Amino acid sequence: MTQSAITRLATDIGGTFTDIVLEHGERRFTTKVLTTPHAPEEAVVEGTRLVLDQAGIGFADLDVFVHGTTLATNAVIERKGARTALIATEGFRDVIEIADEGRYDQYDIFIDKPRQLVPRELRFTVPERIDVTGKVWIDLDDAAVKKVAKALTAAKVEAVAVAFIHSYANSAHEERVREILAKEVPDIAVTLSSEVCPEMREYERSSTAVANAYVQPLMAGYLGRLKARFADEGYGKPIHLMTSGGSLATLETAARFPIRLVESGPAGGAILAAYIAAERGEDKVLSFDMGGTTAKICLIHDATPYKARTFEVDRQSRFMKGSGLPVRIPVIEMVEIGAGGGSIARVDTLKRITVGPDSAASVPGPACYGRGGDLPTVTDADVALGKIEPARFAGGAIALYPDKADAALDARVGKPLSLSTAMAAHGVAEIVDENMANAARVHAVERGVVVSDHTMVAFGGAAPLHAARLAEKLGIARVVVPADAGVGSAIGFLRAPAAYELVHSKFMRLDKFDLTEANRLLASMSGEATGLARAAAGNRKLTETRTAFMRYAGQGHEIAVALPNRALAEKDMAKMRDMFETGYRQLFARHIPGAAIEILSWSLLVTTDTARPPLLGKPKAKRGPKPIGLRPVFDAKAGKMLKVPMYDRLAMEPGARIEGPAIVVEAGTSTYVTAAFDAEIDAGLGLVLTARKAAKPAARSAAKPAAKKGK
Amino acid sequence: MSKLSDIELQVMWNRLIAVVEEQAQVLLRTAFSPIVREAGDLSAGVFDREGNMLAQAVTGTPGHVNSMAESVKHFVRVFPVETMKPGDIYITNDPWMGTGHLNDFVLTTPAFHRGKLVGLFSCTSHLMDIGGIGFGPDGTDVFMEGLYIPLLKLADRGKLNETLMAMIRANTRLPIDTEGDVYSLAACNDVGCERLSEMMEEFGLKDLDVLSRHILSRSKAAVLEAIAALPQGKWGNTMTVDGYDEPVTLACTVEVTKKGIHVDYSGTGEASKRGINVPLAYTTAYTVFGLACIVGKDIPNNAGSLAPLTVSAPENCIVNALKPKPVASRHIIGQMLPDVVFGALRQAVPDRVPAEGTSCLWNLNVRGQTDEAGLGNYGFMMAVTSNGGTGARPMKDGLSATAYPSGVKGTPVEIAESITPLIFWRKEFREDSGGAGTRRGGLGQVIEVGSRIGKAFDLLAAYDRIDHPPRGRDGGQDGAAGVVSLRSGKKLKGKGFQLIPPDDRLVVMTPGGGGIGDPARRDPAALAKDVSEGLVSPKGAKVYGG
Repeated sequence: MTQSAITRLATDIGGTFTDIVLEHGERRFTTKVLTTPHAPEEAVVEGTRLVLDQAGIGFADLDVFVHGTTLATNAVIERKGARTALIATEGFRDVIEIADEGRYDQYDIFIDKPRQLVPRELRFTVPERIDVTGKVWIDLDDAAVKKVAKALTAAKVEAVAVAFIHSYANSAHEERVREILAKEVPDIAVTLSSEVCPEMREYERSSTAVANAYVQPLMAGYLGRLKARFADEGYGKPIHLMTSGGSLATLETAARFPIRLVESGPAGGAILAAYIAAERGEDKVLSFDMGGTTAKICLIHDATPYKARTFEVDRQSRFMKGSGLPVRIPVIEMVEIGAGGGSIARVDTLKRITVGPDSAASVPGPACYGRGGDLPTVTDADVALGKIEPARFAGGAIALYPDKADAALDARVGKPLSLSTAMAAHGVAEIVDENMANAARVHAVERGVVVSDHTMVAFGGAAPLHAARLAEKLGIARVVVPADAGVGSAIGFLRAPAAYELVHSKFMRLDKFDLTEANRLLASMSGEATGLARAAAGNRKLTETRTAFMRYAGQGHEIAVALPNRALAEKDMAKMRDMFETGYRQLFARHIPGAAIEILSWSLLVTTDTARPPLLGKPKAKRGPKPIGLRPVFDAKAGKMLKVPMYDRLAMEPGARIEGPAIVVEAGTSTYVTAAFDAEIDAGLGLVLTARKAAKPAARSAAKPAAKKGK
Repeated sequence: MSKLSDIELQVMWNRLIAVVEEQAQVLLRTAFSPIVREAGDLSAGVFDREGNMLAQAVTGTPGHVNSMAESVKHFVRVFPVETMKPGDIYITNDPWMGTGHLNDFVLTTPAFHRGKLVGLFSCTSHLMDIGGIGFGPDGTDVFMEGLYIPLLKLADRGKLNETLMAMIRANTRLPIDTEGDVYSLAACNDVGCERLSEMMEEFGLKDLDVLSRHILSRSKAAVLEAIAALPQGKWGNTMTVDGYDEPVTLACTVEVTKKGIHVDYSGTGEASKRGINVPLAYTTAYTVFGLACIVGKDIPNNAGSLAPLTVSAPENCIVNALKPKPVASRHIIGQMLPDVVFGALRQAVPDRVPAEGTSCLWNLNVRGQTDEAGLGNYGFMMAVTSNGGTGARPMKDGLSATAYPSGVKGTPVEIAESITPLIFWRKEFREDSGGAGTRRGGLGQVIEVGSRIGKAFDLLAAYDRIDHPPRGRDGGQDGAAGVVSLRSGKKLKGKGFQLIPPDDRLVVMTPGGGGIGDPARRDPAALAKDVSEGLVSPKGAKVYGG
């Protein structure tokens, strides 16, 4: 069955808007409706009806429905989850609050620690103890658990997390607690740390279990209602949920592990970028998503976004590592920085321009919105530089007041630094672009990746305005601005594979490898992941990927080593060492002869094949469209105002080619093509910017530290 | 200089900070020493040709602020930059030329761009074992504390000094880890050099002179501006801590003028016979860190921002110990210094300064046999980092079980148990340990640990605030004193080597922070919450007048 032969619906609930995308036959219908926080399913049903009407079909005609939502994230941020308790090992009541004992800001003595999801009076402990090898030192005290069950009822607890020390190595005690609770307090939802995150490090595992328990009743209730509403409307097929890892899970799996749904929206964006790249035969891509408050950057290789295994929810101090609650789940790895259209610009005590991380948001919004905001933002700078045509901003839906942008820039940046308005605006844009470039560079380097040989895929309201300059700074020669970028995440949902990934800690030295134990673990993980993925995949073919996270004994950084898709045998040991050392050398230019190697965790991914779209053809070159006007725009590289032609994107057909500098306007955004780039509409209606000559800087060499250091 | 280049200079400055953050990340990821990778005990920075620090990564160790900077000055004094060649690497662990004890290796690498030396990268990290009697305060001179590496060349034009590496390997109980850590330090400097050269290529820079002047003058001016907002004058403070075998008084005078802040430690007690002495560079580091938390916390560290903050101390007092005094556990006293300075500053700016806290790390420095007999008496060796409570803050309670002034992170129990044959039986908040006050001090924690394999193990105790708990102020009460004991009841010493018998357990109760203000004036709702959460017992609530 080809993709176009089935009718597919995707919906993405965001904080303000719910995005709806319908693909029916060859056509795509999209809409945005306001989110209905009291009953989010209302907006989903309403918006779905709108696009179905446009297509002239009904709920019963849908073949596939994929849903993503920020509800779980928001429940944590707004502390609107269930009344949640924690049952921990006796002696370890405060694991989630002691956390890592660090301060996320070295120099600020007034920091606040993350607010706990479970207050101390609801943190119970019971006698039990298991060691690092899984051996039981103290049996679980059933009577103590029953006593806790009574206390849970008395405290009107709705959800409980169970997180014992080393439960990833032996989950028997946690499972026994669930049995007892099921009998004693059947109405309380139970999350086991050994199930939601069977990994070493008690703080991260406990925190993940607590966060899951905290959102579980709410999400299970919501998902149940959504299913019922769609059933009422005539949709009887399964509902799939987009996870933070960029794959689909069934509604039932999502209701058990709702913490896996955080960040599903950005994950959808990354999946879209991966698809856009695959259509164009690009195998190294940097996705750049810049909205109103943040910018997100993600690396995508061979149509697969980079994955991470941990994420922080609700950072107390925004964007500061360590100020949030860690959840250890498979996520698409992104750097997120406080750089969006609404980010506020200031001059600090060192007379430096700073931008963000705080945002003017939509109320009062940038100064140029004329809604009472008097602080200059990135959008104000873009307006002052001429990159935004006021009459066409947001398709003319929001009136802009350029004089208010100028006034705010003058007052807060220009005057303190004795700069003209244009220079002040230029300074703000340069700094925000530089901040994003630095974030992208550091992120790439942490992965041992050279960023300059990547193609950038830019989407989100503000990204096309900044993409070309950011590409200049990163030495990137090609930028794609896809069509319909405004509902990019929801489109991405429709391109995601059905999958389930499990990570399990099981500590093992390579030189004392326990084949039987490793194979037992992998077989059981395979069974579990296949079961959950199969439910979401229907009868599509599933592929399994096994990975060991290995490191030198004593070292902190683990390297992923691919394992064969079968039971391990004696002969695999040498190969694993070899592959580890190769991976290590790639990252750090040398390996350490003689050092013992250990395996910390195992991961097993079961997934349907990612849809590889056919490559787009090359459109016939057409004469460029006529500009719809000229605008004075300040060009950063030229350092002065240039007369820049403006083009209407909708009037540009595949093959249409223009030269930079230029502005390409469309309803949702404008793309600023700097003087260093030319632009063309390709066969997939993407706007492709190509550097006219090899962009500076010269290609950066990979993270290849430690040159020749002897043996 | 045109205004456009001002913006460009700012962009380059941001880039330079990103370069040293990247340098630090490489070190963090490749280090073997668990205290580096799990706790972040490291530092990295870039310097101009004169040895002025231009940027430093924000990492877990204030003790390396500007002590590493000073060490680069020593390197360029001994090895003039004109003689440095691409591929050269310099090394030392000299406590007086580096960062205060032999466990810290400092590596400095010249950075070249288009064949010309344009700057230097330097980094330091804490190595787990450098021989001698091990990482504890028991030494009676520095030579007992391990291998002493003067300012030396580690690599000459890319060729490694194999003799030195063999010496290093032969003088540690952990040869593979130690060698790996040396490579890791070298690698992070190489990354810095490479990135700097790329940045200079991109911006078309031939040297760093203009950028260096810009960074240093801007930073210095900003710090001076922040200082100008303080009241001017001279304030003194003394604080007494446990010391090794007798109490030590730490005394300071803080003088704020238009030109800067000077801290003088005249009146401070003499150097100890044991390894808790502090070289002046490390004293300066923690003093300046404390000052920076109060004035100009948003100003990046560099030679310009550090210049107006100066420190002096009489020779051979405990905070200016001279060679060959023992210095291995210099952090115990060094980490007390922000509290000493705060006591003076609070007379000038009471609203910005916290009460006294635990301040020194309460690490479990342990070692012993594993079940592999071949590994000898010290088959495992580990510093399980842990902390007590911080002092109450104006308008806020103190933080419980949180590192301050050190920024190193606590070691997860499951990680500690995966690399030692130990088993932890308890690690949770210590009830009633936060000093009572309108603002309560942070709580300490109780840690109980025994052997999993029925063998005795060593504790290399390096604790303080046992006889002299963190003091409350303005009517706030003292935090709880720290306690080190065996589970069977026997009290242990706060400092020095002690054996934990196989059938007993080590119990460590870390101190709580001091309170601020009369406990009776604490918000009743806050007190009620403390009681219902079990942070304050019903009995403990009595001091609040409840």
